[in-house]
Amino acid sequence: MKQSRFFPWIGFIFGAIYFLVPLIATFEFSLRMQRGTYSFKAYQVVLADPGFQASFSYSALIALLTIIVGIALVVPTAYLVQLKLPKLRPVVEFMTLLPLVVPAIVIVFGYLRMYNSSSWLPLTGSARSTDLLLVFAYVTLSLPYMYRSVDTALRTVDIRTLTEAAQSLGSSWPRILIQVILPNIRVGVLSGAFLTFAIVIGEFTIASLLNRPAFGPYMQLIGANRAYEPAALAVIAFAITWACMGLIQLVASFSPGQKR
Amino acid sequence: MAFLSIERITKTFGATTTVKGVDLAVERGEFVTLLGPSGCGKTTILRMVAGFETPSSGTIRIDGKDVTDLKPHQRKIGMVFQAYALFPNMTVADNIAFGLKVARKNGAEIASRVKEMLELIKLPQVAERYPYQLSGGQQQRVALARALAIKPQILLLDEPLSALDAKIRVSLRDEIRAVQRQLGITTIFVTHDQEEALSMSDRVCVMSEGRIEQLGTPFEIYNYPKTRFVASFVGTLNILSGRVSDGAEGRIVVDGQEIVTSRGLNGASTGDALAVALRPEALSIGRANGSSNNLEGTIDEVHFLGSVVRIRVRFKESAVSLDTFNRPNAAPPERGQPITVNFGREDILVLEGAPN
Repeated sequence: MKQSRFFPWIGFIFGAIYFLVPLIATFEFSLRMQRGTYSFKAYQVVLADPGFQASFSYSALIALLTIIVGIALVVPTAYLVQLKLPKLRPVVEFMTLLPLVVPAIVIVFGYLRMYNSSSWLPLTGSARSTDLLLVFAYVTLSLPYMYRSVDTALRTVDIRTLTEAAQSLGSSWPRILIQVILPNIRVGVLSGAFLTFAIVIGEFTIASLLNRPAFGPYMQLIGANRAYEPAALAVIAFAITWACMGLIQLVASFSPGQKR
Repeated sequence: MAFLSIERITKTFGATTTVKGVDLAVERGEFVTLLGPSGCGKTTILRMVAGFETPSSGTIRIDGKDVTDLKPHQRKIGMVFQAYALFPNMTVADNIAFGLKVARKNGAEIASRVKEMLELIKLPQVAERYPYQLSGGQQQRVALARALAIKPQILLLDEPLSALDAKIRVSLRDEIRAVQRQLGITTIFVTHDQEEALSMSDRVCVMSEGRIEQLGTPFEIYNYPKTRFVASFVGTLNILSGRVSDGAEGRIVVDGQEIVTSRGLNGASTGDALAVALRPEALSIGRANGSSNNLEGTIDEVHFLGSVVRIRVRFKESAVSLDTFNRPNAAPPERGQPITVNFGREDILVLEGAPN
């Protein structure tokens, strides 16, 4: 019997309207900066603003550092849990999910209490050490996404046999991890990296309360004081996220040794 | 002294002892197969030799050197896995070169060795392909080349043919044996397939429940199984229960009919229960004169298998199967027909251990 496609289509159309209408409305509004005509004036103003460039560069750098620290932390952990400590998997999964349960504002207040300038580890004492604290905070925040991406990729590869094959060929642990395991979970690692990038670029709470010049607080500042530019910024932020998603797809389809 | 020496090795996982005090000595250049059903400990022994598992007790020596506590990468052992285990992100050439790069060989030496290995496995044209572009048989040959490239002391093969289809299995087992002979490398092969074990090995080590049941040449294992387990696991075998009627003369009563072995039953007393085994190929239809044994029974089943007809003959309590060639001009026997089965005295295998 042929199934009716009516209800699936209704669902799809409803979903599309729900997501696209506000986006189209925002985009349309962002083009109205010049009276009586559509233009990209708001985008020109935003992109020319030194504040935009500085905050975006800062956030991009922090995102990059977050990704590096995140990969260095998550890949060996997920690998070892899968290979040697499978019984610990539920514990590690629970821990990586905590950032989704504990709000960012709670995390940052905890940080301020733990690492304030009069504490035993005064990470908020200088700008550089606060940047470091921000990176650690973002590593925590992106943990659910990074860990899941890497863990899922590891499950698709027979890491035990590959590890043993490499060991029998004389390879040491670091070489196995870098030359055998990492290239075979590259898509998962990059998915986690792009998701991390998207999260860090838009994050407001922690950056704002740690008083760092990040893109999130900049967007909030512009939103509070301007009319058309915030809409343009929102569209730019969406474009960055989509570009990250597109890159994940692109990388996935160009991995050596994978069927295409 | 043997090249590979496994001495009183035991492996325990929690409350389960998988390998129970196994001793095994393998000579240089020998091809020894560990044969047994799943869970008999054969793969665990192989993994202990490779260094992936540490023995709970006992010693492993290679060329006189104690390697029991060495890490896998320190043992210079080549291993081929059931699941190929080629590195998916590397080309065939890179896979073969991996161990050589780890050993910091120079570029020219690596290139020449990779070429040599590809020629050895007769796949020189696939150097730049990725594993997913190869068939299962080709992947396993590349895995063999990769394991051999580092010139290992011992080659370990962990059910390397199990994932392949029947035709490829037969051709690849011949290739593996040819390569092993050509290089003269000491090899341990693990399988649960008795045909593979018998056809490839210098010696076969039949294992059950963590112990070695019998170690011998394929000829010895097949023709002179020492235990009921070996007899039943290796080849097709008819096992009959009987009682000794005259130990000195080797007379046994099976289902009320007397058979005589070629040798006396040392130490057996009249009335002792025992089990005897008969290979299907030792049985013939019809009454034989002279010193042969004859057993009378009824045809229970007839299976037409093409070139062969398998006949099951029932006596009172027990039954035997025998194969005859299909002859197009003679109709196969029918069920219920009385039949006499004959076999030589020397064809009777008296098994150790009490019959079940």
